[in-house]
Amino acid sequence: MKPLLNISGLKTHFFTAEGVVRSVDGVDIMIGEGETVGLVGESGCGKSVTSLSIMRLVPWPPGKIVEGSIMFQDKDIVCLSEAEMRDIRGNDIAMIFQDPMTSLNPVFTIGDQIVETIRLHMKLNKKKALSRAVDLLKQVGIPRAEQIVNEYPHRLSGGMRQRVVIAMAMACNPKLLIADEPTTALDVTIQAQILDLMRKLKKDNGTSILMITHDLGVVAEMCDRVVVMYGGKVVEEADVNTLFTAPSHPYTKGLLQSIPSIDQEKEWLDSIPGNVPIPSEMPEGCKFAPRCIYAMERCQTEEPTLYEIGNGQKSRCFLVEEGARYDGNTIESKTS
Amino acid sequence: MTETLLKVRHLKKYFPVRQGILQRTIGYVKAVDDIDFDIFRGETLGLVGESGCGKSTTGRSILRLIEPTDGVIEFEGRDISNVKSGKMRTLYRDMQLIFQDPYASLNPRKTVEKLLGEPMAVHGMYTPSERKKRVHELLEVVGLHAYHAARYPHEFSGGQRQRIGIARALALQPKLVICDEPVSALDVSIQSQVLNLLKQLQQELGLTYLFIAHDLSVVKHISDRIGVMYLGRIVELSHKKSLYSKPLHPYTQALLSAVPVANPREKRDRIILEGDVPSPANPPGGCTFHPRCSACMDICRTERPLLRDFGDGHMVACHLYNQ
Repeated sequence: MKPLLNISGLKTHFFTAEGVVRSVDGVDIMIGEGETVGLVGESGCGKSVTSLSIMRLVPWPPGKIVEGSIMFQDKDIVCLSEAEMRDIRGNDIAMIFQDPMTSLNPVFTIGDQIVETIRLHMKLNKKKALSRAVDLLKQVGIPRAEQIVNEYPHRLSGGMRQRVVIAMAMACNPKLLIADEPTTALDVTIQAQILDLMRKLKKDNGTSILMITHDLGVVAEMCDRVVVMYGGKVVEEADVNTLFTAPSHPYTKGLLQSIPSIDQEKEWLDSIPGNVPIPSEMPEGCKFAPRCIYAMERCQTEEPTLYEIGNGQKSRCFLVEEGARYDGNTIESKTS
Repeated sequence: MTETLLKVRHLKKYFPVRQGILQRTIGYVKAVDDIDFDIFRGETLGLVGESGCGKSTTGRSILRLIEPTDGVIEFEGRDISNVKSGKMRTLYRDMQLIFQDPYASLNPRKTVEKLLGEPMAVHGMYTPSERKKRVHELLEVVGLHAYHAARYPHEFSGGQRQRIGIARALALQPKLVICDEPVSALDVSIQSQVLNLLKQLQQELGLTYLFIAHDLSVVKHISDRIGVMYLGRIVELSHKKSLYSKPLHPYTQALLSAVPVANPREKRDRIILEGDVPSPANPPGGCTFHPRCSACMDICRTERPLLRDFGDGHMVACHLYNQ
């Protein structure tokens, strides 16, 4: 698959009064053309900062991309000027945010907001841009698009607003769509509608999608490949089937086991002990070691690299190197 | 487990919609519209539904934190729907609430010890030194440590705060705990810790839960029986096994099919509902679900279906099964 976006060694740090927060600390992600990649992790793992880095929307100060490159087609996004970046944003790379209530401007009509995007990037006159806006709204399944285009955002429900945001993101046929928790704020039945819509748009336009979410159900349904982040680093990467059937990293396993399933009956849920460490208390060595049931001595001091397992699966865990075979809850190599 | 702890009959909560300079009432939002259910001692009754379906209003009306418009609430056989607020306060010893947002529900200016000790002080339970001991006990029960007692809420993570919220609810040794979305603000790995804790506490202390949530897999995990709400009404109420394996109401069927499954190989037939939930200020007549229902009949537009038992306590409010 031809890579569309290639992030390598990305480090985005925040320089605060309390010290440097390494939100993203050496992340590599590749997204192929027409591929949907899921970026999974809990709050504070750096997944949103990664997406903001791609859009160059990290606020400076305090945040800054300190190292690494983000190759989009043949340009390095990190080195682009603000003017060049503006050309890419909304045109080649578009973004959908989590909260449809705050991502639309309340004082402009929906039509105005979509037309603005279209006219910034495409040479269309007002009339044509407006008719394109109506077409887009129809594409995303908004009824009475001709009237809705003149409405203000507050007149629409959450699901409808998210459709408008998607229509706006798709306005210039972007090559990459970054969806940051696009359905988290929505109800399940509306979530099903939106996911359905995103699948359809992807099929029709061949858009690549970077899907940022904490919901593993959404990942299983939408993504081709999954990247799991923890403490600002990628801890596992695999295609979606491998990740759900043969996860390698203890964190991924823990995550998968801790979600209650709608199909299975379990008395107790397996849970990962402890909490996500706060940035200033990030442990040395493996970031996950304090919560890991397989942690060995070297995990406390040394930091594992991202090991290749085969079949495109990678895991940041010493157990891979040690060749330790472990499954479920049996620990065969707890002490080294 | 057949002893009824809480009995709710014809519970209604209408919020007036006021408009104009005189603030005249021009209509009502029927947040909860005539619902009946029982909670048995020692069980967990789950209440699911989408935003705006009235599940939280139901929980709060039971505690009379929101004054219900109409209906009877019986706790341990005693009608509490007309008890005066002063008397109601003594009832809070037996009925407690766990809130959704662990950030907003704890007073940031009080230490954990004050937060947990306050309900006991209000109810005049224990001497101050006993209270302190009890606070430490409570902290241990919910998986925190005694040294946490001197800290302020901001020093804790979301999961730990929710544990404090649970400890506070348990401080008075209640019989019924109403959990209003207790895990929806938490990360998955923390969510499972809190769910396990709630379950363990139920077994140890013999608690009864009313568990309100929108996440169907979470509700299934924790509940014995589940009620599904839509626009202020209970459309289906059953044991979780029969509800999830054989949902009867078209809304429940759509709701269950819409849940994304964490298994990429499994492709299920999805029922995608058209449109949005209608506004509760102007709900459709007859069965409130009829504009979105694929099996809608003529009678559904005019007549409200009643919740009826179709064997084994599987109750459903749908005209499809009334013939």
